Amino acid sequence: MSTQAARKPRVRAPGPGVPLALLLPALLGLAFLLVPLLALLLRAPWRSLPEQLTSPEVWEALRLSLLCATTATALSLVVGVPLAWLLARTDFPGRGLVRALVTLPLVLPPVVGGVALLLALGRNGVVGQWLDAWFGITLPFTTAGVVLAETFVAMPFLVISVEGTLRAADPRYEEAAATLGASRFTAFRRVTLPLVAPGIAAGAVLAWARALGEFGATITFAGNFPGRTQTMPLAVYLALQNDPAAAIALSLVLLAVSVAVLAGLRDRWMRAV
Amino acid sequence: MPKHPETANSGPVPATAGLDARLVVDRGSFRLDIALNAAPGDVVALLGPNGAGKTTALRALAGLAPLAAGHLRLDGTDLHRTAPESRPVGVVFQDYLLFPHLTALDNVAFGPRCRGAGKREARAGAAEWLDRMGLAEQAGTKPRHLSGGQAQRVALARALATHPRLLLLDEPLAALDARTRLEVRAQLRRHLAAFEAVAVLVTHDPLDAMVLADRLVVVERGLIVQEGAPSDIARHPRTEYIAQLVGLNLYRGQADGHTVRLDAGPAVSTTEDLSGPAFVAFPPGAVTLHRERPTGSSARNLWHCAVAGLESHGDQIRAELTGELSLAADLTTVAAAELDLHPGAPVWAAVKATQTHAYPA
Repeated sequence: MSTQAARKPRVRAPGPGVPLALLLPALLGLAFLLVPLLALLLRAPWRSLPEQLTSPEVWEALRLSLLCATTATALSLVVGVPLAWLLARTDFPGRGLVRALVTLPLVLPPVVGGVALLLALGRNGVVGQWLDAWFGITLPFTTAGVVLAETFVAMPFLVISVEGTLRAADPRYEEAAATLGASRFTAFRRVTLPLVAPGIAAGAVLAWARALGEFGATITFAGNFPGRTQTMPLAVYLALQNDPAAAIALSLVLLAVSVAVLAGLRDRWMRAV
Repeated sequence: MPKHPETANSGPVPATAGLDARLVVDRGSFRLDIALNAAPGDVVALLGPNGAGKTTALRALAGLAPLAAGHLRLDGTDLHRTAPESRPVGVVFQDYLLFPHLTALDNVAFGPRCRGAGKREARAGAAEWLDRMGLAEQAGTKPRHLSGGQAQRVALARALATHPRLLLLDEPLAALDARTRLEVRAQLRRHLAAFEAVAVLVTHDPLDAMVLADRLVVVERGLIVQEGAPSDIARHPRTEYIAQLVGLNLYRGQADGHTVRLDAGPAVSTTEDLSGPAFVAFPPGAVTLHRERPTGSSARNLWHCAVAGLESHGDQIRAELTGELSLAADLTTVAAAELDLHPGAPVWAAVKATQTHAYPA
């Protein structure tokens, strides 16, 4: 840490030496990012806030949001970590293509993701019709549907983060484990997994935050039913139509959660810069 | 200098015991093709320049690199198609690769656990190994808090804890600083001497190879160029690489303070303070030659010898001397001419104590 700091190039304090042509747009950009957040704080109905936040609708939406985001993260971990391992540690034909497809939801508009999920898992969807016919399982417009929509959008964040960590981890530890009698799975479980745990944790937090804020895919695939599929972002959007004060209050809660996430990750990100 | 004359000279090894391998590994345009045979108790050093294929050979023995052809039998069992985790092979990796999230104890217990031992049993066994390595106090220490020498011993204990029939060591001393290296080399030598199965080590350091191994196998460009007892190879180098490699006079003797009385006869003054069995080494370049007995010389070691042979290596002349002590001396062509060196010529060979290097055997 200290040696890294020592090698860091010297940075000048902004002052007379900084050209205005750079300083002005920089400050404008900073203001653009900060003013909306500031506005949220300035216009917050602080007096009625306790009342707003204790209403059962808010709690219902918050509970559902936390439940769905956490479940989606858990689901992402269960299938995403092995997927990341496959991408990082094995070589198979078309691996580059698979990797590109995995990252597609990162750039895909979430609404399109929701439509795609409907076509796949909807009652008449490619897979959904069989789920309905054989098991009587219907996913759209259910809480499970919210979890799936959030997983679809959030999992790529986890996969990319874990894959990067796995690539940076020395694969020879797995070889060392093999020479000690560990099968590939044992080596993964007892050596690789603990080694990349910080990367997995960071990826999980990232995925969780993404899932918590998920709107487009959720409303498309799961709808907006209070208590069942109405998560915080959906509640905010709905409240904005008829009760702006409530929308601001809900937004403040999400902002607080985001700040908490950022604070939790500061060790990993802020110092790494 | 074979440590086990009884195994080194025991003639044909029974087909069932020990290592019998021909390793052919293709890596791009590079092909490794070497035959290795060793009896239980043997310590074989693969010596060669970087890129010669030494580490590839080790990886092939461990099952980490597939054989393109050849065979691999250990104690009569064919291991050619056996997965690495099923081979009775222990590996000490160059930078040890101790699992950073596990304590020294759990690193050593890892192998026995994977091979089916219960947690308590594996840990008890690991504690015994650490104790044997003099690391009982470091049992709960994570690898990043171990010194280089301690990490090396933990790595050795980890490899030995599975009771391998073949122990592989990849540059076991390369990661250590010069001082630690001496100490660890002596310890490693003791542990290897006590190891009852086959040990194969890879090194580019001739001193490590000669101290640790009974037999050297010199590998260049994927092929064996010379093999035999270290002393034989040192006396009769057959390639330029080996000649440079073994550019070292190495003796064994009994140390007493700053003096080592050599098994070969004379005593050598050293800067190190030792007692008991010891090695003394010095490079041929450290030897100065005189036709008359030098009077004002500050060199503490002076032997009366005769030139047995002269060989030119580039702009250097290597003089092989016999007499009180057999040694090799390097000198420039000009100096050789001035001294009028020729086979049979009597010379005084001087070596400063500071140029010698003594360490426990």
